[in-house]
Amino acid sequence: MNAFTKRLMAAGAACAAAGPALAQEAMTLDERVNATFASATGWFVNFIFMSIPGTNFPWIVMWLVIGATVFTIYFAAVQFRFFGHAISLVKGDYSDPNDAGEVSHFQALATALSGTVGLGNIAGVAVAVGIGGPGATFWMILAGLLGMASKFTECTLGVKYRNEYPDGTVSGGPMYYISKGFDELGLPGGKILAVMFSIFCILGALGGGNMFQANQAHAQITQITGDFPGWITGLVFAGVVFAVIVGGIKSIARVTEKVVPFMGILYVGASIVVLIVNYDMIGWAFGQIFAGAFTGLGVAGGFVGALIQGFKRAAFSNEAGVGSAAIAHSAVKTKEPITEGFVSLLEPLIDTVVICTMTALVIIISQQLIIDEATGNYMLNEAGTAIATVDGNGGVALTSAAFGSAISWFPFVLAIAVILFAFSTMISWSYYGLKAWTYLFGEGKTTELVFKIIFCIFIVIGAAASLGPVIDFSDAAIFAMAVVNIFCLYFLMKVVRTELNSYSARLKSGEIKKFTH
Amino acid sequence: MAHKIVVGLDGQSSGAKALDYAQNMAKQMGVCELLVVYVIEWSPFSFQTAEENAERHKRREEEITVAKERVVEPALKQLKDVGLTATGVVRHGHVADALDAIAKEHQADQIVVGRSTEGGMTARIFGSSTANLVMNASVPVTVIA
Repeated sequence: MNAFTKRLMAAGAACAAAGPALAQEAMTLDERVNATFASATGWFVNFIFMSIPGTNFPWIVMWLVIGATVFTIYFAAVQFRFFGHAISLVKGDYSDPNDAGEVSHFQALATALSGTVGLGNIAGVAVAVGIGGPGATFWMILAGLLGMASKFTECTLGVKYRNEYPDGTVSGGPMYYISKGFDELGLPGGKILAVMFSIFCILGALGGGNMFQANQAHAQITQITGDFPGWITGLVFAGVVFAVIVGGIKSIARVTEKVVPFMGILYVGASIVVLIVNYDMIGWAFGQIFAGAFTGLGVAGGFVGALIQGFKRAAFSNEAGVGSAAIAHSAVKTKEPITEGFVSLLEPLIDTVVICTMTALVIIISQQLIIDEATGNYMLNEAGTAIATVDGNGGVALTSAAFGSAISWFPFVLAIAVILFAFSTMISWSYYGLKAWTYLFGEGKTTELVFKIIFCIFIVIGAAASLGPVIDFSDAAIFAMAVVNIFCLYFLMKVVRTELNSYSARLKSGEIKKFTH
Repeated sequence: MAHKIVVGLDGQSSGAKALDYAQNMAKQMGVCELLVVYVIEWSPFSFQTAEENAERHKRREEEITVAKERVVEPALKQLKDVGLTATGVVRHGHVADALDAIAKEHQADQIVVGRSTEGGMTARIFGSSTANLVMNASVPVTVIA
């Protein structure tokens, strides 16, 4: 580590001293990484985002929304019926004191949330609102509410079919419930589907859980320091992540895990401050959201464009139906797998319906998006791909500018938040990816190390590549997980229904009752 | 029904003093049962990484084994050597809450603990475990200096 740090610092110093010549050379390195990356992943991205024939609606977005809707109907709006119960579970009202010391519902929820709350909520929402206009917010909230049912289904199965090893550790997630669940129901192909899921999960971990994070963290840093090559940020991030996941320096991860929740609260707090300062515009902002949801207000692709962006960003942010949360939740010790399902349905609510909506409102209210005064519609940028913004920003820079217009120093706090969020998401996804990797290649020190090193290399690539190809690949890989996961959930959902019926009957009869603490 | 005393241990000298005191008291009473308790400080509302969660069950077992071997079993041996009936309990949680909960569960008549060894800001703001126990316990508490 020491030698590595020294080399890194030397590289940094050399770069600063050598000035423009070296920087220029580095830029071409960034560009080279970028071009290679875009050409290598293009076919995959194109397939995932293929439009339904005769429309410009990507089939994958339809797939996610239909899945969430089916689960909502199949479980008779479980996300609303058991909402109060979910809160009691998180508070620990139903936890047996003799199980104290095991992973609590709260901890499982917090861990899963720290994997999802992050750049999707800050940068992702800015992308959605920047392209789809305020109307995207409406569809994002709707997708968040429906997604609660998907999350419920996958997390219940995650706990039910996890592997418990003799040494007391656990592994769980879609790959386990797909293979075990299909076997149990006598269905063929479980193993193949589990392998497919694992491959996509590894790609998702390297894409959305890694490259996108590194990329946006770099964008945020350059916003403050001025431009410098992405691979430098990438190397620093890779070094720290390497120290945690390979070096086992848990203290860094522990500090992050404790700081991230406070950053989350600070972020929501700051959003509320911006809203309070502009309280007279909240009504107008909601008006824009509703009007935009059904008319598009001049955005590219009209209201369908708004809808696609909203649904896409919601799925990317809360990961409902993707299967990642099932990996995080399966560690909880509970006699009733379904209780973990109830707890997990709070995730899309906190992540999308609360935090993402805050970001969207701040961007809309700060009027960073330029409105054509003659028509009341939004003006498009020169390329016609997104709404023109005051500073020409997109992604995390847009969010930063929006907050900055109300609280001048907030971009600095946001920069720190983004870096920490990016880091904690990377740590979470390194675990998800690792679980998929060990499912494929078996558990063992060497196989684990191989994955961890690959993971760190992709951080550097992610920081060096430009936003477009990275965000496309990240979305595509994460959505590919959802293709396999939701397909399998349709077969396995009856298992969850049996659990749900049995549990709610016992809850009603008083067999399951609160513990008096 | 025999008199039941909960003794809170902390693995340090103050806990040992509490144990000695309870031992003498039990001796004098004649018919008395002792419940030796060690609480591992733990909160269900802390933040952990996914990896820590996956290993939690294993760690918990390890923590309990260590507490039993190093703290509870030597105490039980000391009590049994002088002919007293005693059982041991190890539990995760907040010290004050857990001691009181165990006293209630076992219908104990009183709790004996050592004076708190915590100090500094945390104890000043939130109070020490012993102070919290004294204030909230549902049975009489004896604090040994």
